[in-house]
Amino acid sequence: MTAAAPLEVRSLTKRFPLGNAVRRSHVHAVDDVSFELRPGTITALVGESGSGKSTVARLLAHLYEPTAGTVLFEGNDVSHVRRRRDVLRYRSQVQMIFQDPFGSLNPVKTVRHHVERPLRLHHIVPSGQVEERVHELLRTVGLVPPEDVAAKYPHELSGGQRQRVAIARVLAVEPKVVLADEPISMLDVSIRIGILNLMTRLKEERGIAFLYVTHDLASARYVADDILVMYAGQIVEQGPIEDVLSAPLHPYTRLLLDAVPDPEAQTAAQRIEPNRGDASAAVDPAEGCRFRLRCPLAIDICSQTTPQLVEARPQQAARCHVTAPAN
Amino acid sequence: MTSLVEEPTVRRARSTGLLELQQLVVEYGSGKRRARAVDGVDLAVHEGEVLGLAGESGCGKTTIANAVMQILRPPGRITSGSILFEGENILGRSEKELRQYRWRNVSMVLQSAMNALNPVMRVGDQFVDAMRAHEKIDKRRALARTGELLELVGIDRRRVRSYPHQLSGGMRQRVVIAMALALEPELIILDEPTTALDVVVQREILQQVEALKRDFGFAVLFITHDLSLLLEFADRIAIMYAGEIVESAPAERLAASPQHPYTQGLLKSFPPLSGPLTPLTGIPGSPPDLRDPPGGCRFHPRCPHCLPEQADLYKRQTTERPKLRVIAAGHEVACHLVAEAVE
Repeated sequence: MTAAAPLEVRSLTKRFPLGNAVRRSHVHAVDDVSFELRPGTITALVGESGSGKSTVARLLAHLYEPTAGTVLFEGNDVSHVRRRRDVLRYRSQVQMIFQDPFGSLNPVKTVRHHVERPLRLHHIVPSGQVEERVHELLRTVGLVPPEDVAAKYPHELSGGQRQRVAIARVLAVEPKVVLADEPISMLDVSIRIGILNLMTRLKEERGIAFLYVTHDLASARYVADDILVMYAGQIVEQGPIEDVLSAPLHPYTRLLLDAVPDPEAQTAAQRIEPNRGDASAAVDPAEGCRFRLRCPLAIDICSQTTPQLVEARPQQAARCHVTAPAN
Repeated sequence: MTSLVEEPTVRRARSTGLLELQQLVVEYGSGKRRARAVDGVDLAVHEGEVLGLAGESGCGKTTIANAVMQILRPPGRITSGSILFEGENILGRSEKELRQYRWRNVSMVLQSAMNALNPVMRVGDQFVDAMRAHEKIDKRRALARTGELLELVGIDRRRVRSYPHQLSGGMRQRVVIAMALALEPELIILDEPTTALDVVVQREILQQVEALKRDFGFAVLFITHDLSLLLEFADRIAIMYAGEIVESAPAERLAASPQHPYTQGLLKSFPPLSGPLTPLTGIPGSPPDLRDPPGGCRFHPRCPHCLPEQADLYKRQTTERPKLRVIAAGHEVACHLVAEAVE
């Protein structure tokens, strides 16, 4: 795919203040993060809780304002748009799916209301065609027959069906970018694959650029084309997902992979024992690698200089002095 | 009581199960809104084993845990069946007897156990409270034992003076596991113990539980929706669907030759982390409403092998409830498709 990236992020940084005026510190929730989302691709953003992955999604959704860095939407800097009209226009192109399909729908409104509202708000179709479009959208996400589903209330639907309604609502505005923040982690195991398959279909049929935020590497591998691995606010490894997962450069990616339960892997002997480490590495970080306290490969330089993302293999970059040293 | 660190109790093997559920039925609500969350479940946990109980939300697995602990709250109630612990029925025991049974015989680590700690009490004091509720022990000795317990789960003993908010989520979950060990129970129920934690911490905690189990010899009833986790950590696995056990087998056997279409579907719902990627289908549809479960086999509306073209089989699938049958040593399945092992 050679088309221009609809969404590009450059040196995105978000700090949250901690403490009081006398003892002020900052959590570097997102620190110097750069990547782009391309049409028709799914980019997975993985990391443990507190790594800053949800903050990235929220920054892109314009729910937070970045401390520094820029978000470019089709080449225009949108990181500081404030006017309601501009924000609305941006949000009609960049939509978000949330983790909790139980909390993101209004319990006293029907499915029709949820899908119809964005159509009217953003004047997507003339009012005469709204009904028809609602049914079309429900069919797209696999909620059939749409006439029956449209009349239902959220409590009459299962978790998977609710998440499909949330996706139909997102599709209503014909977005170019969809930010999916842990969209399957609250769903039953047997229906998760259905949602992932739906994402794959939408990426192929509609050329949507997806950001798939998750802590589940296996599901990331199943749907995504590229992967970004975050640790303590920084991207520590990025590249095509098959390359990264089959031959990870960063020791943190290795650790994540080894932690996934895999009954077929007989590699117990090679497992990296996780060292005791502090996950608070993002609070007023000193110079040096933020992973060094947990890292089995750490050497002297790791506590002295912060490693940069270095492309050690074609398209695959890591932030590690040992496995991806700067030239 | 002797120190639990120095002398882990060695327990004699028993032929019968440590915990046995016999035709257990648990219902919620009444009249038209009555739902059988657990419908005729037979299940045994043997000494020293890890029994995994897997199923989706609402299938009744947590209700089983609550029934075993005797902490079901109305409108939930046991309407028939029995729960035997070391051969004796615990149903109908007095509240005083149950207080001895809970924690001393069976303890439980809940799903969001990390939030079960009292936020305004030091960790140590919470242990002391729990211990003194069950036995006469002075505070200094109880605190000393708390320190030992914390070290067992890999936490610095000085943390007895910490408040819960000073610990990370993973540490709090370990504290709760240490508390569950305090009275050396024969059985520990883990109900989704690591669902709220990320994978690295999850692995650390489960490896610790395995090591503790080797030292102390307790049995574990491990309840989770994550079958892949059980395939690695459990000795035996029971699969639950809509209030019933549909299959149970040793873990390796279940992974190698799952017989029930639901088990097969669950196993195919986890994409692999290595090897070739093929499109997966999951399981179509969603779990039934237990207030009005489908007739016959409860899985039939979602079953890929339930086809009207096969009229005879279809009739049985939709009208007759399949019974759990032994098809090989230790392997039971409730499915019309599976023939009984020839004796």
